[in-house]
Amino acid sequence: MGGALTVARRELAGYFATPVAYVFIVIFLIMSGALTFTLGNFFDRGTADLQPFFGFVPWLFLFLVPALTMRLWAEERRLGTIELLLTLPITQWQAVLGKFLAAWVFCGIALALTFPLVLTVNYLGNPDNGVIATGYAGCLLVAGTYLAVGAAISALTKNQVIAFVLAVAVCFLFAAAGSPVVTEFLSTRLPALAEIARGISITDRLSGFSRGVVTLRDIVFFASFIGFWLFANAVAVDHRKAD
Amino acid sequence: MSALIEIDRLTKRFGSFTAVDDVSFTVARGEVLGFLGPNGAGKSTTMKMLAGFVTPSSGTARICGEDVVDRPVAAKRHLGYLPEGAPTYPEMTVAGFLAFAAHIRGFRGSEAEDRIAHAMRLTTLEGVRLQPIETLSKGFKRRVGLAQALLHDPPVLVLDEPTDGLDPNQKHEVRRLISQMAPSKAIVISTHILEEVSAICSRAIIIARGRILADSTPAELASRGPSLDAVFRALTLPQEAA
Repeated sequence: MGGALTVARRELAGYFATPVAYVFIVIFLIMSGALTFTLGNFFDRGTADLQPFFGFVPWLFLFLVPALTMRLWAEERRLGTIELLLTLPITQWQAVLGKFLAAWVFCGIALALTFPLVLTVNYLGNPDNGVIATGYAGCLLVAGTYLAVGAAISALTKNQVIAFVLAVAVCFLFAAAGSPVVTEFLSTRLPALAEIARGISITDRLSGFSRGVVTLRDIVFFASFIGFWLFANAVAVDHRKAD
Repeated sequence: MSALIEIDRLTKRFGSFTAVDDVSFTVARGEVLGFLGPNGAGKSTTMKMLAGFVTPSSGTARICGEDVVDRPVAAKRHLGYLPEGAPTYPEMTVAGFLAFAAHIRGFRGSEAEDRIAHAMRLTTLEGVRLQPIETLSKGFKRRVGLAQALLHDPPVLVLDEPTDGLDPNQKHEVRRLISQMAPSKAIVISTHILEEVSAICSRAIIIARGRILADSTPAELASRGPSLDAVFRALTLPQEAA
């Protein structure tokens, strides 16, 4: 675990040593704020909560998180530092976990910086802050799932554009699987798949969190989803590291 | 003398191409082994397998008795490795990069600081300690990679072209450093510079097309022909034509 944390600390410092961190955070804050106040009808809804915000964040992450993960392994290959990293006395699993943790903490920082929204609803009314807390937890878990997917795909290819496009596509698959369009289509044509599609849907799982309902099932879902993709990441690194 | 590096029938195939073909040798403490061969001969692949980066197709290697395939982390603890091209993280400062290397090797607090300071002194990096690595010249970058490999004072050093891209003075410095560390370590260096082998290596292995063609002292190799250059050509050219 110590090795993973050392890798994570280096990675996180790396984000802030380059413009990556600032561009990501600024764009995320502008977009999430703008969408919440315009499309989300923040003021006209007449309720003091952050439902519109929690509705938009997963879709923002769908594009921003793959932009973060596309360079995760591809950059190490390009610079040749993957050879340095994997010949240090740590396991590949620690390197994979360290990189994931750094990116996750970074997404957590970006989410935490939306705190003015929380202050605003508390100033305007009496929101249920418990629901807001679970909503944030849900967003963080969604970021984690997208990160795990994107990191694994980044380990498969040297090309950052391919890594980005594939990660967006795969994340979109899991995000859209539970949407009414998909489930209605599937339940009329392929009823067997409709249940599976709902089962793997990330947005379905998230809806509970944004209403303040956290079930063990949802937590197990997110944990096993992230775990599976991290495992895939470790396998991909092992097979493709020297290519 | 105990062998710190044992390479045991190491083979690496990429598809139908055999990059390293049944290579075996050992290196004892006090030896500086020069690894010579034309480009694409399998030098780097052999070193990458020894460092645990490339998984062998068959055979194995041991560092201080630890198998690089079965016990990779234990083996890597005893190893200082400079990969080809000396890759480093460009956005980090020299001090930050070495602190990362120290932490990942388990050094903390004042011990980490002492080791970083010592490694920087050995490679004369003190003057640029707070500069981002991307702003440094090629020679400095190479020395940062070297400092990282020396930081934990490992019994085994594997250096892939340690003097490539250095100016003559820096080359001399690095050679002096290697000679100075030689008695307490087993060192493998790969190089294209034959005079370097005569200058610092106690033993030379010539490899081409994945096979060992000669394993002797530089002096003995040189005495086989008019010069070490001529012997190298005579040994490796027929191989390349075949």
